[in-house]
Amino acid sequence: MIDGIIALYIFMLAAFTGYEVIARVPVILHTPLMSGSNFVHGIVLVGAMVALGHADTSLERVIGFIGVVLAAGNAVGGYVVTERMLEMFKASGQKKKGAH
Amino acid sequence: MESVLSAGTARLLIDASYLLVAFLFIMGLKRMSSPVTARSGILWAGFGMLVATVVTFAYPGMSNLWLIVTAILIGGVAAWWTGKRVAMTDMPQMIALYNGMGGGAAAAIAAVELFSGQAHGLAILTLAVLGGIIGAVSFSGSMIAFGKLQGLIKRSLRFRGQQIINLLILAGALIAGGLIALSLDASPAVLVTFFALALLLGVTMTLPIGGADMPVVISLYNALTGLAVAFEGFVLNNAAMIIAGTVVGSAGTLLTQLMAKAMNRSLGNVLFSGFGESAATGGGPVTGAQKPIEASDVGVMLAFAQKVIIVPGYGMAVAQAQHKVWELCQLLIDRGVTVRFAIHPVAGRMPGHMNVLLAEAGVPYDLIADLDEINAEFETADVALIIGANDVVNPVARNDKSSPIYGMPILNADKAKNVIVIKRGQGQGFSGIENALFFLDQTRMLYGDGQAAASQLIQAVKAAG
Repeated sequence: MIDGIIALYIFMLAAFTGYEVIARVPVILHTPLMSGSNFVHGIVLVGAMVALGHADTSLERVIGFIGVVLAAGNAVGGYVVTERMLEMFKASGQKKKGAH
Repeated sequence: MESVLSAGTARLLIDASYLLVAFLFIMGLKRMSSPVTARSGILWAGFGMLVATVVTFAYPGMSNLWLIVTAILIGGVAAWWTGKRVAMTDMPQMIALYNGMGGGAAAAIAAVELFSGQAHGLAILTLAVLGGIIGAVSFSGSMIAFGKLQGLIKRSLRFRGQQIINLLILAGALIAGGLIALSLDASPAVLVTFFALALLLGVTMTLPIGGADMPVVISLYNALTGLAVAFEGFVLNNAAMIIAGTVVGSAGTLLTQLMAKAMNRSLGNVLFSGFGESAATGGGPVTGAQKPIEASDVGVMLAFAQKVIIVPGYGMAVAQAQHKVWELCQLLIDRGVTVRFAIHPVAGRMPGHMNVLLAEAGVPYDLIADLDEINAEFETADVALIIGANDVVNPVARNDKSSPIYGMPILNADKAKNVIVIKRGQGQGFSGIENALFFLDQTRMLYGDGQAAASQLIQAVKAAG
């Protein structure tokens, strides 16, 4: 269980982590990285699953259902486009391998 | 569903798995920040997402399991199908679309928790409300951004007093949110008003922003969605959501700042003024004439050069010329010419987008240099070949204080011995500013469509023997 001040610690440390991980990234990877971080917040899927899993009324089920559809779209779509972009980055020596 | 595990054991298992998930996400992002390891980074993060999704089914007290599976299939298959098909040039709006969906999901979680009355206490309610408003703004705002970049929304709606209206909508949403958070009135009417105003705010905030500024806005909404996810993670007591959401929130904020800086714009400027479309006029008149050249002459010039620097712009991608350009470069490299690509941070529709487009054409990333690396090299280049780029090579950004793009970092193409500009016609750039580079003594203009011009150059280089 996470409560009060511990939650703030997690928040602060995670914020620094995010900043540090990105801080030295070359410009050439900005678009894929934005796409990759877009994928990572697809973790909202687990929250939407829990919300729908605990929904009791029809209204809650409808909203929860929409939430899970949207979240799954975020996670899967984010993964597919990021993977497609990163797959194309090749150095000079390996340019022929895996070209479509 | 009656779980096979006791609630306590299940919870421990889930929390331990979420710890692993957080580790995989952070390592994944870390690996994604270098071109050598980037590919494996998304695999790490993807594996983390899979683990998180599977263990969440074991959450204590879960019901509606078939609804959950159906919803995942609908959203997942639709996103898979669109994500596999989208063209690389359309990547920015797809990212906006998927990001908006994440924001919408965060808002939906807030809505379920608030409607069901499961969230209690000032802190939790406040976080639910904040996550709800941020998520809803990110959702509707991203959808508008998608519509604009996709060409579905052509005009930018702008009128006097717009900021005041936006402020009023924000104030209304905050008042409704305050009533909910303070447990004064959480009736369905207030809740509906709250979410409706938040969604409206995303629309009215994004509509006036021009297409050129949209990448910064998408990046901002990406960071906001991360934050909304983290807030809802607090509400659901879910460590994976808190950590992943916060990491994206801060990384996204930094990325947004880097982008805005590369475009010589402040975030406030992007959000509250309409540069992106209202063609700015200003700067002194440019004297002289643009001097045309034939493709055959350019071919000879390139074939016998020692060093050629290519400056691609979005115009090249629109003409789908990147494959021909790379073919041309391979010819030159085989002849012993040193070829480099110089990429301005905003060369595509968002920073790094041009790199993706070049990578798609097969250009190895070690031939591609960014602004800081390449600028000193222009002085030693025999030819700077500008394809579909304009404002990012305009020297007035360096020396004309009255120009609206003054101060923007530019590629020093004007320092090269010869400058060849491939361009459709004599028009101006995105910002509507006359480009002084085109009028320099060493500059020649090769008019025509990017792809056709590149094909002609390939023939000309081959003919040069």
